[in-house]
Amino acid sequence: MWTQITAVLNDYTFQVVALGTGMLGLISGVVGTYVTLRKESLLGDALSHSALPGIGIGFLLMQRKEFVVLLLGAVVSGLMATGLIQLMSKKSPVKFDSALSVVLSSFFGLGLVIMTIIQRNPNAQQAGLDSFIFGQASAMLTRDVWLIVGASMIMLLLISLFWKEFKIFTFDADYGKTLGFSSRWVNLLLSTMIVLTIILGLEAVGVILISALLIGPSVAARQWSDKLSVVMGLAGIIGAVSGAAGTMISTVGVRIPTGPTIVIVLSIFIVGSLLFSPKRGLIAKRMKFYKKQKAFRQQIRRLEEEQGK
Amino acid sequence: MSSIAEITIIAVIVSIACALPGVFLVLRGTTMVSDAITHTVLLGIVLAFFITRDLNSPLLMVGATLIGVATVWVIEALQRTKLMSNDAAIGVVFPLFFSLAILLITRYTGDVHLDTDSVLMGELVFAPFDRMTLFGIDVGPRALFSMLIILLINVVFISLFYKELKVTTFDAAFAAAIGISPVVIYYGLMTLVSLTAVGAYDSVGSILVVGFMVGPGLTAYLLTYELKKMLGSAVIFAALNSIIGVQAAFAFDTSIAGMIAVLNGLICLTVFIISPKKGLIKNWMLKQKRKEAFDQKLKDTTKR
Amino acid sequence: MAEEEVITIRQLTVAYDANPVLWNITAAFKKGKITAIIGPNGAGKSTLIKSMLEFVKPATGQVKYSIDKQTKEYKKVKNKIAYVPQNSSVDWDFPATVLDVVLMGRYGHLGWLKRPKKSDRDIAEEMLKKVDMESFRHRQISQLSGGQRQRVFLARALAQQADVYLLDEPLAGVDMKTERIIMNLLKELTKRGKTVIVVHHDLQSVRDYFDEVLFINQEVVAAGSVKEVFTQENITATYQQDHNLGEGASS
Repeated sequence: MWTQITAVLNDYTFQVVALGTGMLGLISGVVGTYVTLRKESLLGDALSHSALPGIGIGFLLMQRKEFVVLLLGAVVSGLMATGLIQLMSKKSPVKFDSALSVVLSSFFGLGLVIMTIIQRNPNAQQAGLDSFIFGQASAMLTRDVWLIVGASMIMLLLISLFWKEFKIFTFDADYGKTLGFSSRWVNLLLSTMIVLTIILGLEAVGVILISALLIGPSVAARQWSDKLSVVMGLAGIIGAVSGAAGTMISTVGVRIPTGPTIVIVLSIFIVGSLLFSPKRGLIAKRMKFYKKQKAFRQQIRRLEEEQGK
Repeated sequence: MSSIAEITIIAVIVSIACALPGVFLVLRGTTMVSDAITHTVLLGIVLAFFITRDLNSPLLMVGATLIGVATVWVIEALQRTKLMSNDAAIGVVFPLFFSLAILLITRYTGDVHLDTDSVLMGELVFAPFDRMTLFGIDVGPRALFSMLIILLINVVFISLFYKELKVTTFDAAFAAAIGISPVVIYYGLMTLVSLTAVGAYDSVGSILVVGFMVGPGLTAYLLTYELKKMLGSAVIFAALNSIIGVQAAFAFDTSIAGMIAVLNGLICLTVFIISPKKGLIKNWMLKQKRKEAFDQKLKDTTKR
Repeated sequence: MAEEEVITIRQLTVAYDANPVLWNITAAFKKGKITAIIGPNGAGKSTLIKSMLEFVKPATGQVKYSIDKQTKEYKKVKNKIAYVPQNSSVDWDFPATVLDVVLMGRYGHLGWLKRPKKSDRDIAEEMLKKVDMESFRHRQISQLSGGQRQRVFLARALAQQADVYLLDEPLAGVDMKTERIIMNLLKELTKRGKTVIVVHHDLQSVRDYFDEVLFINQEVVAAGSVKEVFTQENITATYQQDHNLGEGASS
């Protein structure tokens, strides 16, 4: 098996795909940290479903599969969905949760309608839809990967430039406003980055699994540190490793799909972090609890002995 | 009966079966948990298939429903650790289950037709072709009967436990204090959701089930403050959206479930804007009236 | 010597639904003084602070700021006004240390894109010392008690080095030590010419801590120096009379 692995590692196609999924894992982990901190974890799920009509319309307009156009269509569609969700849930009795669900499914339904018309085939088994739902990591082209790397670099730069602005608006938006920063611009910038990350991530893992790639890394990372910069960095690493490792396993193995494997690797990181983190982990907590119990019992026993005398 | 008529009837039954528990999901704010369930039932189907090796076994439905309930349990367990936010717990559980399902399907059932596409998106158009035969007589499409049974189960549950559902939805602590267990009712409701999602996957596909559950319920919620009326309106909207949806889908030659989902959204948005009691326009008009009244009253006050 | 008015409010009316929460408020806050806003529950005290920060839009009326002797609207003087909220919708599980939070008070001075420098960090440390929390500087905020959190918020506001300080019930539910630290700091601020406005809940301590008082129960009941205006009569008028302003404005 060793020779198999080295052979794979030297294979150009594998390197391209691994770079792509690794990068996607990295940027999803980093940008996803803001998403989990803003308590918008499921927004990723909703946005990815809502991207479908945009992709369909993009295809209809261009009459061919041009990555950038589809990407643009998806982003526009996603932003519209975000706008609708905010409209329905702010200042209205409609709960955020319900707004998410109804927008998610109607946009996806619209996407389904459009894609089906495109294929003129009532059976939804078409390549376009399949790759949207399951991701198409193994079919990533070098061109696509450069786009992913480029977009990720830009986003990382923006995060570095606007570090304190993003930090304060994620932590205490009201206070940020009182300092004079425009919440509108910060939110717009952050939302666009989140939408872009989600759309890019669809390439690797598809619609249903993207929420894991977005929020999983930061959920795991949060267990190891209390500093935002460390959490974000760790999330990036966990995402990147999951992406690359998932690709590796699925390439070496037989009939193992890439997207799900990435999520399973990520889930191992998550479960491991939840259990083994020295500060917050469940095992550490249990041991602390037992130690305390023991100490209390000893104290009480000592008191009883003294009183007995 | 014509195909299109049978399809319409099935669509209406599926929609109503989904809309009923959906009303309570909307009121409780647990619609995304049910979205998670609709994705994880695939794992249940796969696991049950490995045991029975029979695609038509009713055990498939049981297994899938159980996994759906297990999903809720795992999510709750994660939420209780307090190591992540409540919505994050949902977002990491269902992708894991779904991934396991896809992995198992791809690796072990490559030669059997366990169609992930139909699980995810269903297609009502094929439903009339899968007939149910009773003593050699064709009595109708299978989907119609299975969904009808599920609809009945939903109606019975909601009627029997109406007051329990009502009180645990409104004030869980109070319900517990008077001896009604919110946990039991919650899991009962989620079992219904699970069962309905599994039953509906054939025709509607699991991604859209959540819309079928939330759309009519949310629309009804925006029109009334009374629970009974909410249930009734949800049923009406569900039926209406289905009937129009089927017609429109045939007119444009496109996905039926998708079209109904679009209608759910459109009608919901429309009601959100024009609702006489809670709508956007109504709220805006109220604000304007108030402003005028205040301006007037201030003028009077300062005159004195 | 005319006392300078730093904030003037004219005919402010705020309503979330048919019943107004604040009605026709006309008031002014003086420079270098510490003013208490007093009133029963539901009197609109928090709403008043929120209106001054433009968190809520009034139905009518306006708030004007005169810092540096020029009258401007809120937008232009935002960073000169520091806000210490009552219940922040802050996520206490956010990965941030005490020092991180106090440092955020410097962001307004830095403006877009610039990073905090050593001088900003020094100011943050100094403010932490003032609230007696410097040994907590690397503590994760989820591990703080209620009183400690309040002190961190105050340090954050102090780090802004603002001219006006708005505090919403800073002493609610805090221990004696925290109360002493906070009120001493606020007194020190006024001695340096800063303006402090506090929504306060405890009638007993008003005479000890405050120069001016504003009695509110949806409307202004009385306003002025504590010596002149803090009388039993005004207290009764504020707390025991029903101010039903809902009638007539709702149809």
